[in-house]
Amino acid sequence: MILPALFFYLFAGVCVASAFMVIAAKNPVHSVLFLILAFVNASGLFVLMGAEFLAMILIVVYVGAVAVLFLFVVMMLDVDFAELRQGFLQYLPVGALVGVVFLVELLLVVGTWVIGPGIPRAITAPIPQAITNTEALGRVLYTQYIYYFQAAGLILLVAMIGAIVLTLRHRPNVKRQNISDQVARTRATAIDVVKVRPGQGL
Amino acid sequence: MSAITEFWTSTIWPLIAPIWPLIVIVAQSLLLLVLLLVTIAYVLLADRKIWAAVQIRRGPNVVGPWGLLQSFADLLKFVLKEPVIPAGANKGVFLLAPLVTCTLALAAWAVIPVSAGWAIAEINVGILYIFAISSLMVYGVIMAGWASNSKYPFLAALRSAAQMVSYEVSIGFVIITVLLCAGSLKLSAIVAAQDGRYGMFGWYWLPLFPMFVVFFISALAETNRPPFDLVEAESELVAGFMVEYGSTPYMMFMLGEYVAIGTMCAMATILFLGGWLPPFPVAPFTWVPGVIWFVLKAFFMFFLFAMAKAIVPRYRYDQLMRLGWKVFLPVSLFMVVVVAAVLQFGGLARG
Repeated sequence: MILPALFFYLFAGVCVASAFMVIAAKNPVHSVLFLILAFVNASGLFVLMGAEFLAMILIVVYVGAVAVLFLFVVMMLDVDFAELRQGFLQYLPVGALVGVVFLVELLLVVGTWVIGPGIPRAITAPIPQAITNTEALGRVLYTQYIYYFQAAGLILLVAMIGAIVLTLRHRPNVKRQNISDQVARTRATAIDVVKVRPGQGL
Repeated sequence: MSAITEFWTSTIWPLIAPIWPLIVIVAQSLLLLVLLLVTIAYVLLADRKIWAAVQIRRGPNVVGPWGLLQSFADLLKFVLKEPVIPAGANKGVFLLAPLVTCTLALAAWAVIPVSAGWAIAEINVGILYIFAISSLMVYGVIMAGWASNSKYPFLAALRSAAQMVSYEVSIGFVIITVLLCAGSLKLSAIVAAQDGRYGMFGWYWLPLFPMFVVFFISALAETNRPPFDLVEAESELVAGFMVEYGSTPYMMFMLGEYVAIGTMCAMATILFLGGWLPPFPVAPFTWVPGVIWFVLKAFFMFFLFAMAKAIVPRYRYDQLMRLGWKVFLPVSLFMVVVVAAVLQFGGLARG
């Protein structure tokens, strides 16, 4: 019983500390790296709750793909650190407002839990005990709500294609590789043997 | 005697009982780590020897009999040299990068079952765990390239990150086809699903042969092995993202790289070559312990890796990206649909 508690405090502590460092770090690349650390620790917390599928998906999707893009963007941007630090306190009121809203929402959620422990259970799908949570998630997403799930996927696809269409420009006079042309070259088409008479040139 | 026993049961055991599972796991991990690292030392030597044999050279043959101690000599050389940190480097991230690479590569081995039940942690989502770890490996590269504060490492890191992210997509689809056939994310269940009357002809390499090929090539690209070693294309990028590294940090990159290659070989063994199962389910083969079959298969995969390094010239970068996105992605996506259809309409689906 002591080991899960130990790991819970380890993961939770590192998660909160690195989440704080995300906004406190002066270097934006360090911020993103702390964000990644927070993600990894959050997935550790998921594992402790028995949601191992969510934990792995969190790492594969957020850490393995989304955070890499973040890191790319932050590394490529030419950020002036001194200028960035000057306006830090300027955003304090807005940040505090968002924080208070989140806090109130969290308190409301915890409040319903305390008042009636049955309420959260009533709105969530019960997980059968005999199957793994991967299978349980699969049943919910691909059997019960398959059409909603596919519709969500289609909307994302449309958004993706829309982004490509909006940014794609066909510029003329750009040299491109044509692989089939390159592969189709034979000795007959690539080499032209010309007889050159001495003293005349081509 | 009884006093000692009583002292043990009454005083010491209650203290260590709560953390006893932790002690067991640490001991198991250490054992695996030592065996793995010694194996990697010889895998490295085998890589150089195979490469040399293809080019009709002798390879390393001076340190120890037939050069068998070469890797340990290299280890000593790396460790005893002075690590140099460039003045403009971001020191913390610079030193963290090789640690991240090495630790993540070793962490993947926690779930790999080398024989029936022989894994440190047999988790339900084992294959996803390995996939997640290998998708984290890209951070070692990006961090090293950025922290070096130098042009060539940074360019190489961007290149390599794009390469690793691209080929992860096709590896993901290959894993999905195997999962559809096996009906489980658990590594031992995937191996058990390949156990049948036909022995090695029932393993997934035969029914899923195109995916086996896609997996092999993607694994080469994912681990930055030749012919896809554009990360360290020395003719254009000096030595890639690790230009500024020397001594122990460099050694950790190299170790991480080879351990990742070992992980990919183990993964191919589990997904396609039946893990610890004997090639034929009859008497003389079934007497051999499963771990020996596993190691033999993994070494066979590594031999293919080494041969690919020795005989194939390096790809051009645009061709590499084209292969990943325009060839492997459609092919593997199509195969997922085909395999799912065959399983569904052929009534072969498990679970």
